[in-house]
Amino acid sequence: MIKMLVFTEVFFFLSLIMAYVYMVYYGDTRSTKELQALHISTTSLFTLVLLGSSLTFYIAERNYLKGNIKQLKTWLIITIILGAIFLVGQGNEYYRLINEQITLGASIFGTNFFTLTGFHGFHVFVGLILISILLTMAFLGDFKDKNSTVIQTIGIYWHFVDAVWIVVFTIVYVLPLTLNA
Amino acid sequence: MDETIPAPFQNMLPAKVLNRDQKLLQWISSVDHKQIGIMYLLLSLLFLVIGGGEALLMRTQLAIPNNHFLSPEAYNQIFTMHGTTMVFLVAMPAIFGFGNYMVPLMIGANDMAFPRLNAFSFWITFFGGGLLYFSFLAGGGPDAGWFNYAPLNEYNYSSRQGIDYFAIGLLLSGIGSVGGSINFIVTILNFRAKGMRLNQVPLFVWMIFVNSFLILAAFPCLNAALAMIEMDRQFHAHFFNSASGGSALLWQHLFWLFGHPEVYIAMLPSFGIFSEVFQTFSRKPIFSYAIIASSSVAIALLSFGVWVHHMFAVGLGNTVNSFFAASSMLIAIPTGIKVFSWVATMYGGSIRFSIPMMFAIAFLIQFTFGGLTGVAFAIVPIDWQLTDTYFVVAHFHYMFVGGAVFGLFAGLFYWFPKMTGRMLDEKLGKWFFWLFTIGFNTTFLIQHVLGLVGMPRRVFTYPDLPGYGTMNFISTIGAFMMGIAAIVLVIAIMKSRKNGVVAGKDPWDAVTLEWYCDPSPDRKNFDKIPLVKSRRPLWDLKHPENPDWKSKIN
Repeated sequence: MIKMLVFTEVFFFLSLIMAYVYMVYYGDTRSTKELQALHISTTSLFTLVLLGSSLTFYIAERNYLKGNIKQLKTWLIITIILGAIFLVGQGNEYYRLINEQITLGASIFGTNFFTLTGFHGFHVFVGLILISILLTMAFLGDFKDKNSTVIQTIGIYWHFVDAVWIVVFTIVYVLPLTLNA
Repeated sequence: MDETIPAPFQNMLPAKVLNRDQKLLQWISSVDHKQIGIMYLLLSLLFLVIGGGEALLMRTQLAIPNNHFLSPEAYNQIFTMHGTTMVFLVAMPAIFGFGNYMVPLMIGANDMAFPRLNAFSFWITFFGGGLLYFSFLAGGGPDAGWFNYAPLNEYNYSSRQGIDYFAIGLLLSGIGSVGGSINFIVTILNFRAKGMRLNQVPLFVWMIFVNSFLILAAFPCLNAALAMIEMDRQFHAHFFNSASGGSALLWQHLFWLFGHPEVYIAMLPSFGIFSEVFQTFSRKPIFSYAIIASSSVAIALLSFGVWVHHMFAVGLGNTVNSFFAASSMLIAIPTGIKVFSWVATMYGGSIRFSIPMMFAIAFLIQFTFGGLTGVAFAIVPIDWQLTDTYFVVAHFHYMFVGGAVFGLFAGLFYWFPKMTGRMLDEKLGKWFFWLFTIGFNTTFLIQHVLGLVGMPRRVFTYPDLPGYGTMNFISTIGAFMMGIAAIVLVIAIMKSRKNGVVAGKDPWDAVTLEWYCDPSPDRKNFDKIPLVKSRRPLWDLKHPENPDWKSKIN
């Protein structure tokens, strides 16, 4: 089921990404100023944090399969913390950009940037809720038997959200570097 | 020989048998696929009456030249809501209704894979529809047409809240459709009866299966576009505002990237219903199951490569237009194959002209006709000449009504005995069929001519040019015939539900598994079903001397 959900989400993000690429890179309005305002260095750091959370989730899943519930809880907590740090980083970036008068309504860049990263951030947020539910289930002892597929299912979603971020990061942050060079 | 059916999640469900004393509460709280299916169908019927009423208002306005029955503002809202209602709140719920009721029965399952998701999908569709119609109470309905083009959908051009209700309402019902589709795919993949391979499922199930993938790929494009338009309208974003670097064209691309597959989303289940009807009422196995099944996959894939044929008049250049003209014509091949397969199914069969079969035959003629105008439309200069005229209106009504809706009616008459245990009144049914078919063709055949002589669509009235008044009046008469037909249908349903002829398990002598369980089954559909060995499990059961799996038909 979750794979079907991911399938449909792919098309959703494709639509947003196509709009972004088309308007920011091919549109009549140049977004040079806004593109230069993006901080690739700090965002790279938060990107690593998010990718790290995929790894920690994987470790959590492995521990569940080994029956190591205590480790499972620890790694789930670490995953949630990493995901939350990413969201804080995104909030920080938003705060900075809005202070530089780059907002949703200010320009076509803002429109696309905040919609695309905003929807991604929302997916991260939903992922955090899901993982928190997993954590609660772990504390309630629901994972004592090894036949549950819940962790694996949420895992597919979480890895998907990270994969989307890799694409978004590449297009929003990395691509301008190559274009300006 | 009999296999016990696994009853997935039976213990998780609120009730093992339907508690019919609880009446309405029982329906509202239901997670049973049959009750949800019926609720979907009732929702569809309700909106069919509403959307039909809107059509009649339009036809009344257009009956004579320079009419002032409706104001231009009201007319804009009504044609917008007519299209939106018919596509999103009649066709989609009807498809999900039949799918919900029949897919588990046809594959020998006891419920859908995710009963609660199923209930969620229905209710969010229901409330999405409610929200869409609430717009009339909140100062006026959406008025930019069902495809809601930018910049007409922007705040500057439509400052009332109609479009906001449109966007949010469709977003919600779209989420419902996506949820329902996920449910269908998982159900069909995992809950087939023992022995039933994926290439042995009834064609209706196969069509729903392909359709679900189409929905999963098409709806997110619409949802993204709707999210963008809400960003524009509520947060002053610039997605579709060309003046500040956005692109009004983006809306068209995203909408038709959804919108063209949506046409096939509405059609494919009807193809499935007809495939069942043709083989049952011709008393022959369906001609070339594999080709019908695989051609629907071809249609599904092609449908994502043709959306620009809605945009030929935009001016994207000859290269783009030629590409999409060619890809649009390609669609005629897999659909043509289907038509030939159905004709070949009838050929040499002993045909019974029951009402589902009558709808099926009328469909074949109308659908072929609508298909031919469609192929003509794929030729760019013809499109340039006829775009936004009544020719377009006539063409797509031949597909949507003459194709998809006829399929839904055939399905209604075919499966009514299974849903209620009683036959849908044959006499009233024939009245309904003839009134509706004649009314439909009266309404829309002449609109081809109106379009050819240049009458534009979506304009609230027209000048008294030669022939315009007469042709429009004929069209209006046809529309009212369909209106009367709809009343006949509602009466027939209400009458037959309580007092119809009692149908047995298998009134049509059909060959698929849904006719193996009791009529109007209780919470649990099957206790046991035979091991499926062929595409016609019920035939095998009825004819043990000559089962399919021993012959080559399998």
